[in-house]
Amino acid sequence: MNEQQLENARELAKERRAEVGRSQQAVVTAHTQKTKRKKVITDDIILSVDNLHVSFKTYGGNVHAVRGVSFDLRKGETLAIVGESGCGKSVTSNAIMGLIPQPPGRISDGKVMFKDVNLTNMTKKELRKVQGVDISMIFQDPMTALNPTLTIGEQLMEGVLTHTKASKAEAKEKALAMLRLVGIPNPQERLKQYPHQFSGGMRQRIVIAIALICEPELLIADEPTTALDVTIQAQILELFEEIQAKTGVSIVLITHDLGVVAKIADRIAVMYAGKIIELGTKREIFYTPQHPYTQGLLNSVPRLDLIAEELQPIEGTPPDLFAPPKGCAFTARCPFAMEVCEHVHPDTTIKSATHRVDCWLQDKRAQAFLATAQK
Amino acid sequence: MTTNHESTPVSPNQVPDEWFRKKEKDLVEAEAVVRPSLSYWKDAWRRLRTNKLAMTGLVFLVLLAILAIFGPMFSPHAVDGMDLPNQNKAPSSEHWFGTDEMGRDVFTRTWYGARISLFVGLAAALIDFFIGVIYGGFSGYKGGRTDAVMMRIIEVLYGLPHLLVVILLLVVMGPSLTTIIVALTVTGWVGMARIVRGQVLQIKNYEFVTASKSFGAKTPRIIRRNLLPNTMGPIIVQMTLTVPSAIFAEAFLSFLGLGIQAPFASWGVMANDALPVILSGHWWRLFFPAFFISLTMFAFNVLGDGLQDALDPKLRG
Amino acid sequence: MFSYTIKRFLMMIMTILIIATLTFILMHSIPGSPFNEERTTNETIQANLERFYKLDEPLPVQYMYYLKSIVTLDFGPSIKKPNETVNELLARGFPISFELGMVTILVAVISGVLLGTFAALRHNGIIDYFAMTFAVIGISVPSFVLATLLIQKLAVDYNIFPPATWSSPMHMVLPVLALATGPMAIIARLTRSSMLEVLTQDYIKMARAKGLSPFRIVARHALRNALMPVVTIMGTMLAGILTGTFVIEKIFAIPGMGKYFVESINNRDYPVIMGTTVFYSTILVFMLFVVDLVYGFLDPRIKLHKKEGDA
Repeated sequence: MNEQQLENARELAKERRAEVGRSQQAVVTAHTQKTKRKKVITDDIILSVDNLHVSFKTYGGNVHAVRGVSFDLRKGETLAIVGESGCGKSVTSNAIMGLIPQPPGRISDGKVMFKDVNLTNMTKKELRKVQGVDISMIFQDPMTALNPTLTIGEQLMEGVLTHTKASKAEAKEKALAMLRLVGIPNPQERLKQYPHQFSGGMRQRIVIAIALICEPELLIADEPTTALDVTIQAQILELFEEIQAKTGVSIVLITHDLGVVAKIADRIAVMYAGKIIELGTKREIFYTPQHPYTQGLLNSVPRLDLIAEELQPIEGTPPDLFAPPKGCAFTARCPFAMEVCEHVHPDTTIKSATHRVDCWLQDKRAQAFLATAQK
Repeated sequence: MTTNHESTPVSPNQVPDEWFRKKEKDLVEAEAVVRPSLSYWKDAWRRLRTNKLAMTGLVFLVLLAILAIFGPMFSPHAVDGMDLPNQNKAPSSEHWFGTDEMGRDVFTRTWYGARISLFVGLAAALIDFFIGVIYGGFSGYKGGRTDAVMMRIIEVLYGLPHLLVVILLLVVMGPSLTTIIVALTVTGWVGMARIVRGQVLQIKNYEFVTASKSFGAKTPRIIRRNLLPNTMGPIIVQMTLTVPSAIFAEAFLSFLGLGIQAPFASWGVMANDALPVILSGHWWRLFFPAFFISLTMFAFNVLGDGLQDALDPKLRG
Repeated sequence: MFSYTIKRFLMMIMTILIIATLTFILMHSIPGSPFNEERTTNETIQANLERFYKLDEPLPVQYMYYLKSIVTLDFGPSIKKPNETVNELLARGFPISFELGMVTILVAVISGVLLGTFAALRHNGIIDYFAMTFAVIGISVPSFVLATLLIQKLAVDYNIFPPATWSSPMHMVLPVLALATGPMAIIARLTRSSMLEVLTQDYIKMARAKGLSPFRIVARHALRNALMPVVTIMGTMLAGILTGTFVIEKIFAIPGMGKYFVESINNRDYPVIMGTTVFYSTILVFMLFVVDLVYGFLDPRIKLHKKEGDA
């Protein structure tokens, strides 16, 4: 990285720091905090995804939705996977959860290690002992994630009754406790009600309660706030932080919303066309983004302090994954595209202990080009 | 950490230096594959053609129509040509499908029956269509109180046991072809009206309708020019399924003795007449009308299913 | 739920009234008196008969008598069989028809739902292919054709089941099979397509994420939702089966209501036709009402808002 770029990055960083601070401040003041516990991240690695490949057979051929994804997640940590729709982030989360329908889907390579067991070679039956117990999932749309014909109580207690030897009464106690934890008033009466009797935000709280009822160690949240109103979004995010502080659960957060990421993520993985192209702490990704795609993502977020013309959308659309490109998948849309990018996929460059990026601009030989491209 | 999974021809550390220069923008965007733009109907037809079962149904129906029109010409026997010495003769080179209890030729009568069954089916479907489109289209388009009242009426009519009403009408009006068609359509249009209304409701707020409204287009014109072409898919499917149910109902009524009267015969009448003699081994009397009823029902049903898949614009990709 | 029930109940009463009135108008729009055809009756006898059947009163009065007969469920004597009342015919025939209809609907629903569910669970598999082929054929073959085939093959040729009448469970097999195949095919197709749609829903994915067993997911989460479209068509299907009994009873010589009804049609025995029609309509409309209530029970959302625009 040359001087000019570094200077730019610092400039950017300053602006962002101010901005992130402001937005966080706003949220905090908007929702008066209960006693805020500090969350603890330990060094125990709870989830380790290694070189995961997932493809789907369709009429048009094989879609390579995930092409070599690797990351680790520690206990109590929140990792956000960010990217445009269709980049493979949801497929990644489904693969961790063991929810890839096979066929047409196939985990063609790689491992998903949960603590010391490999989830990818488990039988369906073995997997069911993990699903909902050790790993839980929260879905995007609370309007469709709850079964309209069962009461909230039935849906809450189901997991406990399936996985533990708890009696009905114990399960009910547990369900009540969960509803209290996620902040649903009158849990006794609410237990007997059906999903349609709740608002969207309330339903998402219930979905979270269902996910947490067996005290999982890992929570996968697939776009948990996308379908909600902005004000409700903030409340749900608060809830995530609160729960994490109370239970020490690790969270994989799938989102395309950088505002959400800024609020609760510890680390961020940026996905593009089925690969993680940049991974770092929140600070690293927001203040010193290395990949042109990450920079583009950050620049395309609307901000109050910039006038509309300065908003820079990323031109073009992601490549189709029927025939993934040989080189870097972002080449066609990249403002810094070089000949090499089209032909060969870049190696991973380690920027720091926590920060890695796949981009040819990191190569020494690209410096001359960068110097001219800046002008 | 990330390993490069695809077999790369060049490994990253032996990339030639000259590749580190600005990538020339491709003049032709490779991704922009130009798709031949097909009209809605051409597109639907293309999809329908790939559906083998539906095409089989279509081919059969075309053949049936041809046979219904020209079939009797291949036979030297008249539809009501009685030949009492030749009662209940098994199929032979003289009488291809055998003869009935009055020595009439079953082959000839089968194609006359096809005419009547197809006519009943098509007439019922068409009349349902006109009433349904006018009622349902108006109700859906007007909306508000008009719609509420019109739908309440539909709801009550929908609760009527159709076949009983039809039987009642036939008893009162006396069995004839016209009566059967009238009786079937008196109850049949309700389903069509509901479908049309649903379609109209769904699309009437589309922007192109608002656009033509803002140009001052009048209601009938909006219905005719904008709404109808876009609602035709489900309506055509419904019509395809009305035909077999009308044929079915006609056969059913004939079987109860309420069918059309001699000398003509529908398939249902022929099957009904065959019933007393079936146990004496005169299988051909029942077999041919029953076989063609079933095949026609089958053809219309698979064609209807195929059309449903082909005309669903949501699947258009 | 209460106001929903009341509303449905009022609809039911209204529908019955409309059917009754329609029947009345239709029957009285037939030119001449029902006794005209028989030339043997002389004027006095005809007048007496008309007085007996209250046909000499003005129409509105007749209408009131008629409504009264419906409310009291007393449809008066038959014209062609003067020693018997319509009520006696109904009492004799309807229980048998009802039995046939109920056994048929049970067989059709249970086998149709099972077939459709398995077809959906093995989407594009062999069971699916088999079930759907069977379903299309089942929809295509009219019940009277099937009935005749069954009699010919299973009763006459192989002598497995009795070919006619209604005196033991063995006697039920063929008529029920003939009558149930069509509805079963329709239910199987409907269940399959609705099940396929339900299985893609988020709440099914969520149930899987809870680590529930496939059986539990289908039985508890999918089936109830998938059955809703099936319940909606149950009303019309019941109507179809009950009218279908007319034909089946004729073929199998079952002494149900259908037999008397068909006879009354052929004899133009108007009180029997009217009585039977009104009685059957009432039964059917009541069934429709029950189906609506079941729907309300299956779908808790129905209590708050009515289903809109369900074309």
